[in-house]
Amino acid sequence: MNLWRETVLVAGKDLRIEARSRVTLQQVLPFGLIVLLLFAFALDPDRGVLKRVAPGLFWVTVLLAALLAVSRAFSIEADNGARDGLRLSGLDGPALFLGKAAAIAVQLLALEVVLALTVVVLYGIELDTLFPLVLATLAATVGVAATGTLYGVLAAGLRVRETLVPLLLLPVVAPVLLGATRAWEAAIDGIPSDAWPWVALLGVFALLYTGIGMLAFGPLLEEA
Amino acid sequence: MRLLKPQVSRVLGWLALVAVVVLALFGLWGAPPDAVQSDAQRLMYVHVPSAWIAYLAFGVTALGSALWLWPRTRADVWDRLAGASAELGVIFTALTLALGSLWGRPVWGVWWAWDARLVTTAVLFFLYLGYLALRRIPTSPESRAKRCAIAALIAFVDVPIVHFSVNWWRTLHQQATVFNPELDAKIHGVMAFTLWFGVLTFTLVYLYLLDLRYRLLALDEDREERELRAAIAERVAAERPPTPTPTPADRAPGERAPAVPVVEVAPQ
Repeated sequence: MNLWRETVLVAGKDLRIEARSRVTLQQVLPFGLIVLLLFAFALDPDRGVLKRVAPGLFWVTVLLAALLAVSRAFSIEADNGARDGLRLSGLDGPALFLGKAAAIAVQLLALEVVLALTVVVLYGIELDTLFPLVLATLAATVGVAATGTLYGVLAAGLRVRETLVPLLLLPVVAPVLLGATRAWEAAIDGIPSDAWPWVALLGVFALLYTGIGMLAFGPLLEEA
Repeated sequence: MRLLKPQVSRVLGWLALVAVVVLALFGLWGAPPDAVQSDAQRLMYVHVPSAWIAYLAFGVTALGSALWLWPRTRADVWDRLAGASAELGVIFTALTLALGSLWGRPVWGVWWAWDARLVTTAVLFFLYLGYLALRRIPTSPESRAKRCAIAALIAFVDVPIVHFSVNWWRTLHQQATVFNPELDAKIHGVMAFTLWFGVLTFTLVYLYLLDLRYRLLALDEDREERELRAAIAERVAAERPPTPTPTPADRAPGERAPAVPVVEVAPQ
């Protein structure tokens, strides 16, 4: 089997589990929505702050939801020796990494679409310049999914993984939050030229950590 | 078990101590007060060296981790070195932030400014705090070393990205307002000397502490191993039947002595 087919196999497995259990849909998505609602409580919508900081709030919410998605992606293999099954499956480390990261990325993208529409409706912003915005979102999502998968497998099997993964992941994805927020701001302000450097940065981040993840996933899974 | 020979370590310790005293004398009295910042500027003699040591320490952690991961150079030395250096790096990063904050209050008028270097340093602090948390999780030494080495490299790769992104952020949007060009005034000869001497002093302190932390980590690992062996020996002794072992006279001719698990406990 080649890399592509193995990747699709692993991603398909995780997405099928999600389709049957609907944990992301019924737990992570409502969580993201309530966070967006709470931000409005914290920053009084009448003062106009909400509109100006909407991109930042959106991406903070996405990161929080990503923590839950990563935790979920590795808890489905925690029981019944499923991780041993994965180890013994004969699938290559890079394919396992790409598969798991792709499944997380697909779920995050779906979340982001709903959350973005909610931001548009609740916070009253307009998304005009869609092209840089979509590219920035794609690159940021791949970056978050790659680093999340990397830290997810690093902490898999540890008793403290629920508290450890956020501490490890959030500082590393700080540039993603920064880049994605600035790109969104530039797009919303109608200055796409300001967005491109950030899109490039997000792209470099995504490629770099996808590469590291493909190298490191196999050895880390052996220890999990 | 040791990074440096005991004699070398002792000499290093004394050198570091003398250097700290000399630095304090120069920093507090030897160097003239700054024209603009007056005495607050004296904090630079410890702030700049701390920042330098923080970067050096994280560099050593990355190097140690890479050498551990490389199959040909894999050895416990590198894992311990990486761990010891990361601890010092976090301490010196915290010191850099604290000293910078103390300095910022009288000079900039604020404890904290969203300057690129400050933000990068803060993210760096949390990156390696996570690494230290990972190190403290009890697992087998081999497994921990592998996880930690990879985590250290993931964090290290992130440092330039954080640096670039934060720099862009603070320059694309607004020019630094807190940095008054006046502050870049010509530096006095004694001031320059004190600053460089500070860097030298902190490097000596770092090397001395690195050796100490390395030895402590090694001793800790040794103690854990001995405790484990002692616990196994105790357990085996408890499992053994209370009846006395048969003497050779009780045994039928040709029968061999029963196999008793032998656990050797290293001398304390």
